[in-house]
Amino acid sequence: MTAPTVAPSSAPARRDAELALTAFAVGLAVLAYAAVGIAQDGRLPSGALGYGAGLGLLFGVAHLVVRRFAPYADPLILPCVALLNGLGVVMIRRLDFAAVERAQQRGKALPRADAPLQLIWTAIAVTAFVAVLVVVRDHTRLARYTYTSAAAGLFLLLLPALPGVGATINGARLWIRLGPITVQPSEVAKILLMVFFAGYLVTKRDVLALASRRVMGLDLPRARDLGPVLLAWAASLAVLVREKDLGSSLLFFGIFIVMLYVATERTSWLLIGMGLFAGGAFAAYTLFGHVRQRVDVWLHPFRDAGGDGYQLVQGLFGFGTGGITGTGLGKGSPGIVPFAKTDFIMAAIGEELGLVGVMAVLLVFAVIVERGLRSALSCRDSFGKLLATGLSFALGLQVFVIVGGVTGLIPLTGVTLPWLSYGGSSVVMNWVLVALLLRISDAGRRPGPAPVTPDKARAALQEAQTQVVRR
Amino acid sequence: MASTLIVAIVKYGLLALLWLFVISAVRTIRSDLWGSRAPVRAAAAPAAARAPKAKGSRTQARRLVVTEGALAGTTINLGDSPVTLGRADDSTLVLTDDYASSRHARLVPGAEAWTVEDLGSTNGTYLGSSKVSRPTPVPLGQPIRIGKTVLELRR
Repeated sequence: MTAPTVAPSSAPARRDAELALTAFAVGLAVLAYAAVGIAQDGRLPSGALGYGAGLGLLFGVAHLVVRRFAPYADPLILPCVALLNGLGVVMIRRLDFAAVERAQQRGKALPRADAPLQLIWTAIAVTAFVAVLVVVRDHTRLARYTYTSAAAGLFLLLLPALPGVGATINGARLWIRLGPITVQPSEVAKILLMVFFAGYLVTKRDVLALASRRVMGLDLPRARDLGPVLLAWAASLAVLVREKDLGSSLLFFGIFIVMLYVATERTSWLLIGMGLFAGGAFAAYTLFGHVRQRVDVWLHPFRDAGGDGYQLVQGLFGFGTGGITGTGLGKGSPGIVPFAKTDFIMAAIGEELGLVGVMAVLLVFAVIVERGLRSALSCRDSFGKLLATGLSFALGLQVFVIVGGVTGLIPLTGVTLPWLSYGGSSVVMNWVLVALLLRISDAGRRPGPAPVTPDKARAALQEAQTQVVRR
Repeated sequence: MASTLIVAIVKYGLLALLWLFVISAVRTIRSDLWGSRAPVRAAAAPAAARAPKAKGSRTQARRLVVTEGALAGTTINLGDSPVTLGRADDSTLVLTDDYASSRHARLVPGAEAWTVEDLGSTNGTYLGSSKVSRPTPVPLGQPIRIGKTVLELRR
């Protein structure tokens, strides 16, 4: 990895810009909340100020902690996350109304309101964000836990497959029960495994990059260096087989291949990865019914529009109803789509905010990913560079996988849309991910110490007593 | 009728503000796209170190090979720019060796042969069995020892 470290010429900290943009994001969430109420009852909803105060307090605390503990961190990431999270809570609130309406029409018991729960999860997430920023003062210390996080990550990844602790919800076995709540450990495993990949590749990248044979213009790695790649491939296939979780499986393998590529700069790794992916995908398609079903629905969503294809078709109808500018918040009927609060929240946004709103949301994600990659460029150590690249790429890939699935670009795989979807584990771990990104960008943008002239350093060394120092 | 107007205003107002947020965010990134440039690393090397390339010299080394240590087997093709050795990330060969310094030594091409120069390392650089105290010409195949790593020049 010879990517240059782009020196922040005179990067100002711009904390005030961060505060202003975060306040803007909270204001947008309050306005969106008010819009739902105005559209439904024609008057301002009573809870708007409460929600605004809650979100404002949480993101305000997050901002103050960044100001105190990561003063040079990137100023754009936090406001963008605040906007997505605020908008997510409003959309979930809006879908709660829709669920209540449907229950009343059918004379069923009123469903649980998820928006207050999501607000509580956001509070827990911000607490975790604060904890990470306070505890991890130097991201390079995470490199010491390379193999610990590998073991913990693999354990958590495969935990739901164990009988007794694992719980099967909606056909996928990726939850574990902890008393009254269910937790999705793969979200935690995702970050732990990225720490492992970064730590491992920093120490091994020279071997992986330099020891190679040139065949037909491609640098092929030695057979024994293929081990880790094959292991990552096997682990993601194991997740696919045991837990029927297409999304996580795809995410893990994609993250690993990209980090390998970034670490070694060898195109051959991308080709090998794609080959393995194609083989694994084909095998999964022929062997597993649920994979075949997903692909069939993707190719012909309208063939069984009332059955298998129902969810995707309703989501597509939602986008179609929304058109360019959407129906307006509270004016559509996004509640028809199954799982609109989690995987299909993009369909709800597409219906009520239209293409214009979807594009804005996607651009906000793009801004976060860009800032993350920028942090990787300005970070001075390779571990931080790799980790920041992995974290940002994981975010981008996850958005691509679920938005691509919902819009019918690729087969649908169930992953959450970060910060927008309802789901405790996802919100908490994505805030932790952002805390790590901010920590790395803080290290990268921090003004370095004045350079020591070589003569001075040498003189100091000559004065020092000679000894063999292990560093 | 008035309420329809309000709903429309709120709807388009929300979208406009959403885009205003995106635009104000992107404005701060704009400097990333056209602003700063990566520093040119070659400019840091002293111009005097760059000697004219010896034409067709059969004694000139073409490769630097690591024969012992964690990086054993690594090969670097030599050009006509100096090679820095050390644990620092910006070294030409980044050593993963606990006994090497961040900026340990430098190999500089000369008219006759490459010279090795110690950069004030903690544990020293050895050419064969003698410690390198001043820029010393390196014969082909002579082992250069840095910490637990051994390198040699080859044709």
